[in-house]
Amino acid sequence: MVISKAEPLLDVQNLGIRFGGLKAVSDFNMTINQGELLGLIGPNGAGKTTIFNLLTGVYAPTEGQIIFTGKKISGLPPFKVTRKGISRTFQNIRLFKELSVLDNVKIAYHPLATHSIFSSILRLPSHFTNEKEMEEKAIGFLKIFGLDHLKDEKAKNLPYGGQRRLEIARALAAEPKLLLLDEPAAGMNPQETKELMELIAFIREKFNLTILLIEHDMKLVMGICERIFVLDHGQLIAQGLPEEIRKHPKVIEAYLGEEVGEDHA
Amino acid sequence: MKKSKSFFLMFGLAVVIYAVIQFLLYNGILNPFYENTLITILINIMLAVSLHLVIGITGQFSIGHAGFLAIGAYIAAIFTMKLQMPFIVALIAAGLAAAIAGLIVGIPSLRLRGDYLAIATLGFAEIIRIVFLNWDFVGGARGMMITRMTDWTIAFICTILTILVIANFTNSRHGRACISIREDEIAADAMGINTTYYKVIAFVLGSFFAGIAGGLYSHNFYIIQPGNFGFLKSFDILIFVVLGGLGSMSGAVISAILLTIISTFLQEYSETRMIIYSLVLIIVMLYRPQGLMGTKEITQLFQKKKSFKGGKQYGHFES
Repeated sequence: MVISKAEPLLDVQNLGIRFGGLKAVSDFNMTINQGELLGLIGPNGAGKTTIFNLLTGVYAPTEGQIIFTGKKISGLPPFKVTRKGISRTFQNIRLFKELSVLDNVKIAYHPLATHSIFSSILRLPSHFTNEKEMEEKAIGFLKIFGLDHLKDEKAKNLPYGGQRRLEIARALAAEPKLLLLDEPAAGMNPQETKELMELIAFIREKFNLTILLIEHDMKLVMGICERIFVLDHGQLIAQGLPEEIRKHPKVIEAYLGEEVGEDHA
Repeated sequence: MKKSKSFFLMFGLAVVIYAVIQFLLYNGILNPFYENTLITILINIMLAVSLHLVIGITGQFSIGHAGFLAIGAYIAAIFTMKLQMPFIVALIAAGLAAAIAGLIVGIPSLRLRGDYLAIATLGFAEIIRIVFLNWDFVGGARGMMITRMTDWTIAFICTILTILVIANFTNSRHGRACISIREDEIAADAMGINTTYYKVIAFVLGSFFAGIAGGLYSHNFYIIQPGNFGFLKSFDILIFVVLGGLGSMSGAVISAILLTIISTFLQEYSETRMIIYSLVLIIVMLYRPQGLMGTKEITQLFQKKKSFKGGKQYGHFES
């Protein structure tokens, strides 16, 4: 008995982009509902990161549109998309390396603070109250991620796993509704990957988040994602539950080549 | 609490420096030649600190700072000499004119990155110089005669204001936004920072203080000529910032002081002056490629020592 069908959080309609003659992504459709944890997979060069760049406004789509919480966001610059509530991490970590761990998180609060340039230059009370609030919130965040004891360390001095966690913390500090994780487990060992999976499940619960992640680690994807989208040559070739994807002939073909692994169920 | 303490410390230091030098000048222990050198040092500090905001903090490689200096110098001179306005009004007008020029140049050219921005700003500075060169109202190539109005007090006040404003800007969410652009522009954008806005703001603020420095500069000599504002002047300012350490304001101040003193005292040996000056630069860059101060500030050096004494783990108490 459906009373009223809830509006999807993100609705991607016929999205496409071409770079000159190359169609990097075409006819891509995807709906994400509030609270879901989804995976986006595909072979190298399939266009996964391009889709992330389209969703976050780094590229403007040449076709189709993106609707987020009922409003069109395609064509907006990245900083506006972030302010609408989509936040992301990067495949190759992009931290502010020379800044402290604390400042990295504080920067994410920047759009949420209100004190003006003049109040900072003249050191008006609003500067102090806002900066103090930013600092307290940022420290609270670092505590959640177990990074608070490293807050004065430069971001570049963190170990690899710590940098990945910090990048997720920074993305979350922007208070997104939808979090995009681009290969969060890349370069992690199995133990770190396991911790990361727990972390993702935890933050999703705690912040009532919707998460879309790109990942090559099948164990992670199959383990935590509720629905999976499979991309190949810029086109969606399959979507569904993990067990469906595992057996989907087109997916097997895309990953292993044609006519191989004929394990139909 | 700690930050306001260091603020009052710095303020006290500034007052003491001012009082001591004012006393020496008043009693004639320092002759007018030294006063002139001191003013040149202060002007160079203003230029170095204002360019530091653009290059060191925001990471935008602008090498046309002499253009803003020229605008400030000429606008202030026009206000005092042609319009008979008070010097203070002229200085403010000089700052505003340079800031407006910064806005006009900044909005299109800050879309460019790295070398392209450098070339665009260099071109801008040359255009400004050529405009003044061909403008008969301000004397063209012959230059413009100016009454000397800059004294040690006003130069000192302007310098302190410049340092204070830029330091306060840097140590706030706005400064952090600028630093994040320097560190990684794509990530800054993805964190919701309007990168174009902050690049332009930093550029305009830097231009404003360069303009005021220009006003002081033109009234420190009896004549200004377009030749004073060639690209070599831009490079002089750039050298202050790079030599001091990109991202360190105290570095920019220290190198502006040192290099001005070196070049002033080398004026007696005019044949070898440029050779010695260049050698100093080469040696510093060979032995400290990150600049005199790296990215650190003087105040940080003191804080570091304290936290080392207490042991590293326990250094995180005060927040």
